Amino acid sequence: MFDLKKHIKANSIDHAIALLIENPDARLIAGGTDVLIKLRDGKPGFSELVDIHGLEELNFIRQDGKNNILIGSGVVFTDIIQSDIIKKHIPMLCDAVQSIGGPQIRNIATIGGNNCNGVTSADSASSLFALNAVLEIRGKGTIRQVPISDFYLGPGKVDLKKGEILTTFKITPENYQGYFGYFYKYAMRDAMDIATIGCAVSLKTKNQILTDYRIAYGVAGPVPLRCPKTEKSVINKKVSKSLLDEISQTIETDVSPRTSWRATKDFRMNIIKELSKRATKEALQRAGEEV
Amino acid sequence: MTTFREITFSINGRPRTLYIDMRKSLLEVLREDLGLTGAKQGCGVGECGACSVLVDEVLVDSCIYLAVWAHNKDIRTIEGEAKNGKLSRVQQAYVDEGAVQCGFCTPGFIMATTSFAENCTEKKVTEDDIRKSHAGNLCRCTGYQNILKAVEKSIHPDKE
Repeated sequence: MFDLKKHIKANSIDHAIALLIENPDARLIAGGTDVLIKLRDGKPGFSELVDIHGLEELNFIRQDGKNNILIGSGVVFTDIIQSDIIKKHIPMLCDAVQSIGGPQIRNIATIGGNNCNGVTSADSASSLFALNAVLEIRGKGTIRQVPISDFYLGPGKVDLKKGEILTTFKITPENYQGYFGYFYKYAMRDAMDIATIGCAVSLKTKNQILTDYRIAYGVAGPVPLRCPKTEKSVINKKVSKSLLDEISQTIETDVSPRTSWRATKDFRMNIIKELSKRATKEALQRAGEEV
Repeated sequence: MTTFREITFSINGRPRTLYIDMRKSLLEVLREDLGLTGAKQGCGVGECGACSVLVDEVLVDSCIYLAVWAHNKDIRTIEGEAKNGKLSRVQQAYVDEGAVQCGFCTPGFIMATTSFAENCTEKKVTEDDIRKSHAGNLCRCTGYQNILKAVEKSIHPDKE
C-alpha cells in the first residue's frame, strides 16, 4: 500500500492546473515509475497526487503545418519507439528511449516524466538537448516556451513553477531536417540499467565538411549538457579520423563528471571520450560519410 | 476523506465492480481483494516483472500501477490464460520446455511472452528480440535458456 493522503484525478490539462493551485503540496503523477517508487520508499512530498495518468490531451505525436514535430508529455516510450514520425525524422530518439528499463517500464513511463524528474541520467534528455527541443509549459492562463537546456536547473530541479505543467516537446525542422544522429548508452547491463554515461550526437555534413555538430551527454555533469567548446571547434572542419581524436580531446573541457557508487570520475571521463568518437562515427556513417 | 473508491473493470473477461482503497497497487487488489495470487510481488519497484499483467493488452508491472488506474480497463492475469481446462499455447510451451524451476517468476514471464507472441505474429523474430522483450523479467533460478526455447515455441509452435 502506498502512503497516499490524497489522490485526485485530473480530466484535462486545465483541470490539472486548477488542482495543482488548489492543492499546493500536490505533485503530478503520470506513468508513476518514479513517483510510486519514491512514495513506496517513504520519500516526503509525494503523499498528495494530481493524477494525469493516461490523459488523452497529452498523448500525441504529430507534425504541425510548419513541420515542427510535437510530442505530448504524456506519450509513453513504447509509442515513441513505434511512431513512424519519430522513426523517420529523429531515429536517434528511438535509440535513446529503446534503452530505457524493460518493456513493462517503457509501456507506462512517459517522456514528460523522464525530463520533469530532473535527473542527469534521463535517457531521453541528451537526444532532446542535441535536437534543441523546446518545452511548452502551461500554467493558469499562461503558456511558456523553454529551451530544454534552460529547463534543467540542477539535480532534481527543473523550471516548473507551482501550478505549471509540461505539455509538449517541440522539435523545429531546422533542428532535425538534414541532420543525422546517434545515441550511445554505456551501462553495466544492456537492459534495466541506469546509464553510466549517455551520449547523443547530431550532425550535418556537406562535401565531407561538418557543417553542424552537436554533442550532448547525460551523467557527465549535474544535469544533461551540451558541449559548446567542442562543437565550436569542429564545425566547418573536414571529416577525418584525426577529427574524431580532436573531439575526444576537447570534450574534457566541456564536461564535469563525478564519482558515484556506479562509476568513478576517471572512468566516466574515459567513457565520455570514447563515446564521443563512437557516437560521432556512427552519426557520420548514417550521414553517408566514410571515416 | 475516505480513501475508498468504486472501480469497475474486467478481470479475465469477467466484469467486476469493487470498492477499493485508492492507496493500493493493482497487484494488491488482485491478490488481496480478488484472491488472484498468480501475480507475485518480487521487488516492488518495477525491476523483476514477477507482478506482470496485461492492462488493455499492454504489459505492465502491477506493483507500480495504481489500482484506480484499472477503472474501465480489461485486466488479464495468469489465472485467465487456460481456457476450459486447456493451457494456453504459451503455458504449454513453458511446460514442454521445462521452463519452470521454482515457479515464482513464471506467471510474470508467461504474461510477458503472451504479450510478445500476440504482438509479433507475422514478424521474423530473432533471439535478441526475445531477450529484449523479456528484459523486464528476472528468473533467479537462472533458467533463461529453457525460457528462451519456450518463447520460441510459443511463436513457432510447429518448430521442434
